[in-house]
Amino acid sequence: MEVQQLAQATAASEKESRASRRFEKIQAIVEQYGAAESALIPILQKVQEEYRYLPEEILTFVATALNLPPATVYGVATFYAQFSLEPKGKYIVRVCDGTACHVRKNQTLISTVKEWLGLKEGQSTTEDMRYTLEIVSCIGACALAPAVVINGKVHGQMTPEKVTKALEELEAAEKAEDK
Amino acid sequence: MTPVTKLSSPQELAEVKQKTLSALETGCTRVLVCGGTGCMANGAPAVMEALQKALDERNVPVRVDLVDDSKEGTVRLGYSGCPGFCQVGPIVRILPSDYFYIKVTPEDAAEIVEKTVQKGEVVDRLLFTDNDGKTYAKRNELPFYRDQVNVVLADSGIIEPGDIRDYIAKDGYKAIAEALFGMTSEAVIAEVTQSGLRGRGGGGFPTGVKWGFTQRVQSPKKYVVCNADEGDPGAFMDESIMEGNPHALLEGMVIAGYAIGADEGYIYVRAEYPLAITRLRTAIAQAEAANLLGDNILGSPFSFHIHIKEGAGAFVCGEETALISSIEGKRGMPRPKPPFPANSGLWGKPTVVNNVETFANVPKIILNGAEWFRSFGVEKSTGTKVFALTGAVVNTGLIEVPMGTTLGDVVFKIGGGIRTGKGFKAVQIGGPSGGCLTTEHIDLPLDYDSLKAAGAMVGSGGLVVMDEDTCMVEVARYFMQFTQKESCGKCVLCREGTKQMLALLEKIVGGEGTLEDIELLEELAVAVRDGSLCGLGKTAPNPVLSTLKYFRDEYLAHVVDKKCPAGECKAFKGYRIIEEKCKGCSLCARKCPVGAISGEPKQPYTIDQETCIKCGVCFDVCRFGAVEK
Repeated sequence: MEVQQLAQATAASEKESRASRRFEKIQAIVEQYGAAESALIPILQKVQEEYRYLPEEILTFVATALNLPPATVYGVATFYAQFSLEPKGKYIVRVCDGTACHVRKNQTLISTVKEWLGLKEGQSTTEDMRYTLEIVSCIGACALAPAVVINGKVHGQMTPEKVTKALEELEAAEKAEDK
Repeated sequence: MTPVTKLSSPQELAEVKQKTLSALETGCTRVLVCGGTGCMANGAPAVMEALQKALDERNVPVRVDLVDDSKEGTVRLGYSGCPGFCQVGPIVRILPSDYFYIKVTPEDAAEIVEKTVQKGEVVDRLLFTDNDGKTYAKRNELPFYRDQVNVVLADSGIIEPGDIRDYIAKDGYKAIAEALFGMTSEAVIAEVTQSGLRGRGGGGFPTGVKWGFTQRVQSPKKYVVCNADEGDPGAFMDESIMEGNPHALLEGMVIAGYAIGADEGYIYVRAEYPLAITRLRTAIAQAEAANLLGDNILGSPFSFHIHIKEGAGAFVCGEETALISSIEGKRGMPRPKPPFPANSGLWGKPTVVNNVETFANVPKIILNGAEWFRSFGVEKSTGTKVFALTGAVVNTGLIEVPMGTTLGDVVFKIGGGIRTGKGFKAVQIGGPSGGCLTTEHIDLPLDYDSLKAAGAMVGSGGLVVMDEDTCMVEVARYFMQFTQKESCGKCVLCREGTKQMLALLEKIVGGEGTLEDIELLEELAVAVRDGSLCGLGKTAPNPVLSTLKYFRDEYLAHVVDKKCPAGECKAFKGYRIIEEKCKGCSLCARKCPVGAISGEPKQPYTIDQETCIKCGVCFDVCRFGAVEK
């Protein structure tokens, strides 16, 4: 009986310390940029870099730390396309939809990636949380149109074949790493 | 790395220039690998690594420091900025011979080192070859560059953006010294005003006049803001300047600060440009260490600090009042003007907002004078303009031409004509705010006023060339979905109007449109234009209005004949395999990204229309002409 209670207490305190460790990290970010309204966007960018999205409780924490109404923070977080309130996948596949990419038929690339990832209409992250497909407006590699950015690396003059190959290589690299 | 430390007078700056020049002139061969976003993506880092290895293997002494005059006859290997001809990257340039190598692979490194670096010979197979088989060894001989005039891009592609001394050697920061030690702020503003420089971000407002307004406002605190939120899809000149010659931007901002009496500046740059941000940060650190930025610049009483603010992905932040809100940490929504930023800008203080290319022109104007600047371009649009030439042309990349150069010269002389061998149809200029130019505009001079009269605009300078295979209704739909998504939602007509316009366009490209829809579209276009506060909404209908003006018959074909003349709109097309022609080679089935094609080898294949996404890969790969649209 005692053992069980002790185990429960330990688990609870562990959970608590995990949460406080989490906020410690956010606190450090806030301190790095300064607790002023003008630092809100850089703070949210850093938080998103850390978590790959903006968890709701962290938005509230940031609001309190910056002495801003939570609605203001939420308003900023939902205004900019860069911020996501939903968790993103481990790998980000960004298909550029700038004008040059568009006239060089990037629609085929979008449907190829969607098909390959098995994404349904309106879905952008795979169920296993491994991939997120983003369609972005112009990454500035127009002369290489159509372009796809996989995990931060720009791939130019893409075809459905080449994009499939790049994704397969990513899978293979991950499998090799696991071994 | 801090290549230059604390300069306390213009003389010390001049000494750095002399020292750098003499070190580079002592028989130093420079091997410059393009470090622009395009070439980096195309494999420039691997080329760089291979060149380094090839030099090491042959014991060629490589200069680790750019300015190292102890070793004569050595080689300097480094990343340059973007020379503009992104289509043929990765590019490697050799100085002083100025050999221009294209599409370089790591396998070419050994030959470049052995022939060019060690013997001074040219590697013919790496040169640009035109359609007639003629090769061009030097940059300025290339048809792509021959008709260009480089002012803003002059040093990009020759200097290493990572080392401030390379910029100083090209008279960099000399304009600051001249302004701070020889000109009053009024004199600086007068020079810029006389030069006729107009805002390169698209607005075209005279820069000197804007500075004058801000200078005359009495305030203990003022700001200089650089708009580097290059959101127009299809434009990347600002990115290229920041990557290739970041110091030119910093110098222009310092001069603006001195002119208006500001001591602090912000660069608001898109987060989508990570390389530009890195280069800017390095440049700021080096300029601060050299005392060309910070307190008491070059020992003068003038101080100026620059901060970088990363955008978070909102096109509307290209509008100056929205951009200011975003720097303040708020939602980037525009507000009514007046008050103009000149009176009440960042944190309510007088603020000058200019675009990257505008600032990059300023040092050249101060150094060479207003008259020199006016010698380029036409009466009311002076100087040069950088355009991003993309789409269906043979040569794509960044180009710089005098204002007033004709559309035909840009598309056919510099761009080399249409890539696909099809006919030229149109050029979309100015992005989602701009319009289309057609064959009737071939002789139209590209300047602010001529373009405005033709229903288009310079915008930020994106030129997307389209051939006969591009459907203009689809182009209008594309831009409308962009502006609809990017509308900040403040003005009802922009928020709701763009949504309805998009729905109408989707209906038309989807084959469901009627003649009434076209009328309604025109009516809405006028309402959205008149009922919006900022440039985004005011110009959002432009692509629709201009395509309706020049390509009305295409709209009619979609709604009356139920046809897409360009054969692009999916609703009107489908792919089918012609049984008699199909050899059963299975190539199309293997290439189909969705597995919609099936059959037995050596037997005719079939396409499952349900699964087919109409991407056209089968049509492109079939060697027997057995797939029909």
